Amino acid sequence: MDLSYGEAAEAFRGEVRAFLASHWPPTNELRGTELKNFIREFRRQATEQGYLYRAIPKRYGGSEQPVDVIRAQVIREEFQRARAPMEVGGNGMNMTVPTLLEKGTEEQRELFVRKTLEGDYIWGQGYSEPGAGSDLASVRTKGELSADGTKWIINGQKIWTSQGMQATHMFMLVRTEPDAPKHDGITYLLIDLDQSGVTRRPIRQMTGEEGDHTFCEFFFDNAETPVAWQVGDRGQGWYVSRTTLKHERASIGGADGLGRQFAKLVELAKEVNRIDDPLVRDKLTQIEGFVLSHRYSSYRIFSCAAAGDDPGPVSLMMKLLLTEIGHEMALLAQELLGEHAFVEPAGAGGRGNRGPRGPEKWMDQIMGSLGNSIAGGTSNIQRNIIGERGLGLPRDLAISAER
Amino acid sequence: MHFHLTEEQAAIQEAVRGTLADHWSLERLHVFADGDADFDRGSWEALMALGLGGVLAPDSGTGLLEAALVCEVAGEVAAPGPLVGQLLAVAAIAHRDGRDADLLEALTSGTKTVSLVHGGSSYALCARSVDQFLVVDRARGVRLVGAADATIEPVRASDRSRPASRVEIATDAGYSLFAADHPMTARLADAALVLVAADALGGAQKVTDMSVAYAKEREQFGQPIGRFQGLKHQLAHMALDVEPARALVWYAAYAWDADLPDAARAAAMAKAHLCDIYVRATRAAVAAHGGIGYTWEYGLHYWFRRAAFNRAWLGSPAEHRARAAELAGW
Repeated sequence: MDLSYGEAAEAFRGEVRAFLASHWPPTNELRGTELKNFIREFRRQATEQGYLYRAIPKRYGGSEQPVDVIRAQVIREEFQRARAPMEVGGNGMNMTVPTLLEKGTEEQRELFVRKTLEGDYIWGQGYSEPGAGSDLASVRTKGELSADGTKWIINGQKIWTSQGMQATHMFMLVRTEPDAPKHDGITYLLIDLDQSGVTRRPIRQMTGEEGDHTFCEFFFDNAETPVAWQVGDRGQGWYVSRTTLKHERASIGGADGLGRQFAKLVELAKEVNRIDDPLVRDKLTQIEGFVLSHRYSSYRIFSCAAAGDDPGPVSLMMKLLLTEIGHEMALLAQELLGEHAFVEPAGAGGRGNRGPRGPEKWMDQIMGSLGNSIAGGTSNIQRNIIGERGLGLPRDLAISAER
Repeated sequence: MHFHLTEEQAAIQEAVRGTLADHWSLERLHVFADGDADFDRGSWEALMALGLGGVLAPDSGTGLLEAALVCEVAGEVAAPGPLVGQLLAVAAIAHRDGRDADLLEALTSGTKTVSLVHGGSSYALCARSVDQFLVVDRARGVRLVGAADATIEPVRASDRSRPASRVEIATDAGYSLFAADHPMTARLADAALVLVAADALGGAQKVTDMSVAYAKEREQFGQPIGRFQGLKHQLAHMALDVEPARALVWYAAYAWDADLPDAARAAAMAKAHLCDIYVRATRAAVAAHGGIGYTWEYGLHYWFRRAAFNRAWLGSPAEHRARAAELAGW
């Protein structure tokens, strides 16, 4: 075992640092559009260096670098250290772009990939419906061909779309063959959200979060999209969507984030003068056993990826592990908070400027940890995945009967 | 950057697994457990014939990680024998100035056997059969004590795969290898924690595997019971406890080998975490099996008992968590 990255990687780190030193940060007086343009230009130059959009072909605006997880890790570390912006995040980069690269037409790639990379197009996910959660393949939003066969006409409802208020476009699963077996009647469509047939409404969450940054539900009333914006074959949308969910699973996780959150929990215990309490120390270290297991397992998965080896079932466990640790941290935070919990944190759940916040800010984590049990595959679905794909247990009867 | 087993490390583990699994079928374990012996010379010699007795010798090219891989397999098959004491004794003797080459050779080849006595404990494994005791006491240092200088009182041992005896050793018995303030004293104490954590890892994985295999084969209501979500989720949680914790053991061993600043803390964390998980896994395994798991004949109790022993041996999880909190400077 050796946790150093090796000489070649450290030399590369030097290059990345030198680049960042001369290109970031912007001068203090930059504001608004000027700042936005600076960041756009910074990303363009970083891409030219091969630091960003490494998996994206050059002809679509990426840097098209050979797979090298160590270099990618060094870049992440150095950009984080410099607090420099990395790739435009969100569903567009995580889901739309990989799907188009794998399953899209040349025209679709030309049309969408570069605009997504540059942040001009923001993508909402149109998967869940009020009646289709874990059983995603039961979507009912309907797609019908126009009389001239050039457009899909869409009617129905989608829900739990993150960045819904900003989204310019959506990728969605739509039932186009009502008589086909459940998984074979779905088509994967891209749609421009700026049209009269689309209505969006923010969902107010238990955190109180609402407004511009929250989840939305979408209503489609004879909304339209060209047939040329259909990804993959008609009726094959379920299988097209399978590639993208993998990408989402890989982008949750984040051992560093968990480590930072645990460090903050220790800080909280100090702040409320409970750090000397043996019960608190025991509970903290008990949680830390799991935090470190998660961290070192992420090293293990990373190391296997670098060597092209299969890490085995542990990679199926990382999301549930993260979620479970989040619950344990929430429970301890609740104990430590005491009467601070009586105060609603400023800007509860929201982003933007929240001003100074005391220990009550942990209410965000306490409620947010529940979101982790739901988003990106619920915890019970994760347990099924571990049991069935990881341990080889037989599939649930009701589910196997459908296939 | 490398943080998973090399082919060579995997091969070492496979070799140990082949040898120990050969010797410790469930039938053999039953015979051993129903007998009077606290040691089995045949399986010990077979294990030592693999040449792994010196895995912790400074010039071996191997280290605590490989030692942990060996102990993990011993935990997996619930193998008898004073493995932890033996491996640490080689490290202790080999690190001494003016070391005794004959003794080192006898320890490395396993012809002389050594059991670990944790400072403050009144028990040692295989005490009626070993030649020597390695007393590792953070407060008093490390001593090597001949069996003749110890008072050994057999007890009805709860861990039937590694029967312990009550052992009394005078503080000045035998001879001193390292004083309390010598760095090797703390390092040997830390290494012991990692090796017990590795034994726990092997055992916890074993009972998880047994439970999964049983859930695929046992039928109720016309179905393999592993199809039922209630049990499936329990088994998923057993695996979720065990598999990520493997990397915690690896890290603790690696940190010790590389002498990293957090090595002592990593050892404490690994011991506490894995011993907790082992107890939880063996409880869950009995529950997952139902009635058959509660029988003597099926054998789950060997790991259940070993988990109970490991948990208390060298200090409980709570004790090591308190140390870890201290070591973090909280």
